[in-house]
Amino acid sequence: MAQDILVVGEVAGGAVTMTTTELLGLATQLADGGKTNAVLLGSGATGQAGAAFAAGADRVLASDDAAYDQYRSDHWLAAVEAALDQASPAVVLIAQSMVGRDLGPRLAFRRGTAAAMDCVRVEQSAEGLRATRSAYGGNAQATYSFKTSPAVITVRAKSQDPIAERAGATGETVALPAAGAARTEITGREAAVSTGLQIQDAPIVVSGGRGLGAPEGFRVVEELAAAFGTDKAAVGSSRAACDLGWYPPSQQVGLTGKVVTPDLYIAVAISGASQHMAGCSGAKTIVAINRDREANIFKAARFGIVGDYKAVVPELIKAIKELP
Amino acid sequence: MHLVVCAKQIPDPETPPAAFRIDAAKNEVIPAQGIAPVLSPFDAQAAEAALRIKEQSGDGKVTVISLGKESAQAAIKQVLAMGADEGVLLSADEFQGGDSYTTAHALAAAVKKLGDVDAVFCGRQAADWDMGQVGLGIAEELGWPSAIIAKDVKADGGGFIVQRVLADGFETVKMAGPAVITVSNELGDPRYPKLQQIMQAARKTVTTWTPADLGLQASELGAAGSRLKLEKLFQPPAGGDVQIMEGDTPAEQAKALAQALRDAKLI
Repeated sequence: MAQDILVVGEVAGGAVTMTTTELLGLATQLADGGKTNAVLLGSGATGQAGAAFAAGADRVLASDDAAYDQYRSDHWLAAVEAALDQASPAVVLIAQSMVGRDLGPRLAFRRGTAAAMDCVRVEQSAEGLRATRSAYGGNAQATYSFKTSPAVITVRAKSQDPIAERAGATGETVALPAAGAARTEITGREAAVSTGLQIQDAPIVVSGGRGLGAPEGFRVVEELAAAFGTDKAAVGSSRAACDLGWYPPSQQVGLTGKVVTPDLYIAVAISGASQHMAGCSGAKTIVAINRDREANIFKAARFGIVGDYKAVVPELIKAIKELP
Repeated sequence: MHLVVCAKQIPDPETPPAAFRIDAAKNEVIPAQGIAPVLSPFDAQAAEAALRIKEQSGDGKVTVISLGKESAQAAIKQVLAMGADEGVLLSADEFQGGDSYTTAHALAAAVKKLGDVDAVFCGRQAADWDMGQVGLGIAEELGWPSAIIAKDVKADGGGFIVQRVLADGFETVKMAGPAVITVSNELGDPRYPKLQQIMQAARKTVTTWTPADLGLQASELGAAGSRLKLEKLFQPPAGGDVQIMEGDTPAEQAKALAQALRDAKLI
């Protein structure tokens, strides 16, 4: 059944984000011959229309107003409402990002419809649109249908595949209005001190948890990551360890932190609470190092060592360095 | 300053995954035996944020509201013991089986009935469904500005200065009241009530409001008014079989792991 879709894209560092291309990939599937619209907001947004067309958009609705660069509900909501009025989509797709967490519910309530948040699977079945998401901290999955239209769906990063790039594809570009007034004022912004390889991009993530016993335990975790190469491995943390102040919140892996999908995820002294698994279960291979053989992390792991990390990890660093 | 805290009672999120069961016919979680429901942890942090502002302002008042069954009294009493002044329970059959929309709709109606509210504090998301919509829904229903995922909140005249957690840093947002603020775990541990406060809270009367008290019809509440329909609740399949590294010493186990990772072409 052909239907029109609206994707709220995001532009970062002068390019559409990877998640935007994933949303567009999903949108072309759901559209099934209908029109795929993309909203792009902020400096250089119109210049990114080509990238959106290549990723599956038929029409781009954009505004280059720099006021959109820093997300604010009132600004973005007005722009997306204007796009909604023009495109009349059946489904609105937004990333489960700092934008989507705010915009998704705001938009749904503003338009008297429903939002399903942080969905990992979205499909058009014979019975209608179905969105599946994790609940109860990852212990359960819930599949929803929508009684109202448009369906607003925020989608987890890396849960969808982009289409093969349609090089040279073109489409219609429509200008959206510049930002109006906003009731909130951003008076400061502070970047987390995380240089080098970002945890979401790293092919290997080594994470530490409360079981490290003390913040110094993270030095060992960092040494293990360094043994793989600083261009390959990044360091993560469980929420418990972040809440204890042992590691910066920017490195938190889990439901309320980052969702990572590396090829290799090594959990050191992490029990594997469901909310943590929600952030790392997309890893291709999970390795667990834990003293407790009954720890939940071993249920998701492919390889494991039962033992004290203080004894195991230094030996593992040595063994990796000695590999031919 | 009159501050409202929205509190939800949920199955304990620390329930071991092995004790987690679903009633597939009812699409419901079966309460784990011997594990009592708790106040959603982010809501305790929302209460903490509101109580800090009450103390800062000197003459503040905190009202805690919960939508739930009669058992949700326990969640309300916990926030009262932390230092909230009054408790309201929205409880009636009509409220049951709803979604984020109907919950926000009812809570917003309760805030309107209170009348003189300067801010509503919610957890960033309830730790059962993890949607993170209700706070923003209340803001939309009331026409208020909002700031979500706060790690610090200060009163600023009639408004608020909120430090928010972003994916890669922090942001400071200033807004006029009345406003809605949702609070994240980065705020820090909520206060632990003293025994005397727990006893005082136990004696406090919690007001119960029904849909009629809020001027709401059954059709806009609960399952009847919801906009999302839960089609299926299920447990994801368990992961693969773990291969535990053999070896008498940590060195042998570590060598076996390094070799296994190399064989799997992961390193």
